[in-house]
Amino acid sequence: MTARTLINVPAKARRGEVIEIKTLIAHPMETGYRVGLGGELIPRNIITTFVCNYNGEEIFRADFARAIAANPYLTFFTTATASGTIAFQWTGDNGFSASEEAPITVE
Amino acid sequence: MTSRRDFLTGTVGLAGGLALASIVTIRPARATPQTMAAAIKEVAGEVPIRKGKVKIDVPPLVENGNAVPVTISVESPMTAADHVKSIHLFNEKNPQPNIIGVHLGPRAGKAQLSTRIKLAAAQTIVAVAQLSDGSFWSGDADVIVTIAACVEDLQ
Repeated sequence: MTARTLINVPAKARRGEVIEIKTLIAHPMETGYRVGLGGELIPRNIITTFVCNYNGEEIFRADFARAIAANPYLTFFTTATASGTIAFQWTGDNGFSASEEAPITVE
Repeated sequence: MTSRRDFLTGTVGLAGGLALASIVTIRPARATPQTMAAAIKEVAGEVPIRKGKVKIDVPPLVENGNAVPVTISVESPMTAADHVKSIHLFNEKNPQPNIIGVHLGPRAGKAQLSTRIKLAAAQTIVAVAQLSDGSFWSGDADVIVTIAACVEDLQ
């Protein structure tokens, strides 16, 4: 399963600079509380975990509950330490999994 | 043989029963300030939670509860000795009290995050942050929601 993602990481940063990372992923985030046209409950289908790794080291982790809006948007900060890749991983219900990478150059 | 009258009263009763059952099923139990307190206790345990340091930035009046922008920031130098370990956000009137829980470390540089959440009613949301020394701090914000999320039908 692939999902559309949108990642915003600065391409270049000074060493030690605090950078903002913005992420967005296309996902319905179905709460499991809504009722469909036939009166039946629509089963829960959400992203439960988001992990961000910087050159293989985990720097940020988030647990989503049902109250996160559809197409989860998340921004957070990290310190630019070295050039390399910042990897993002989302996992959720029904075996949902998506990953994305962004390169960063640190001077 | 079933008379016409028996048949009609039977079907009306059955339909009424079904309608009642569906009304009962589409209204999930709402979280209450008590369940929110229980959810906070699950995170903080018996450690007392002090007010302050945590700031929630949210519009005081939102039209659409399906996507409410929220920014949480915690005052912290974010050094190895003194940093924020986790931030949890709770609500009191959605069907479930939890919204998001994040784990970060001194590398974050800045203890701040933004996201968009669903709110089912006008209510107070509470953020709880755990610092590296084990203490818990909280901040809250009141939000008025005109169109609720979570429990609306697709019709």
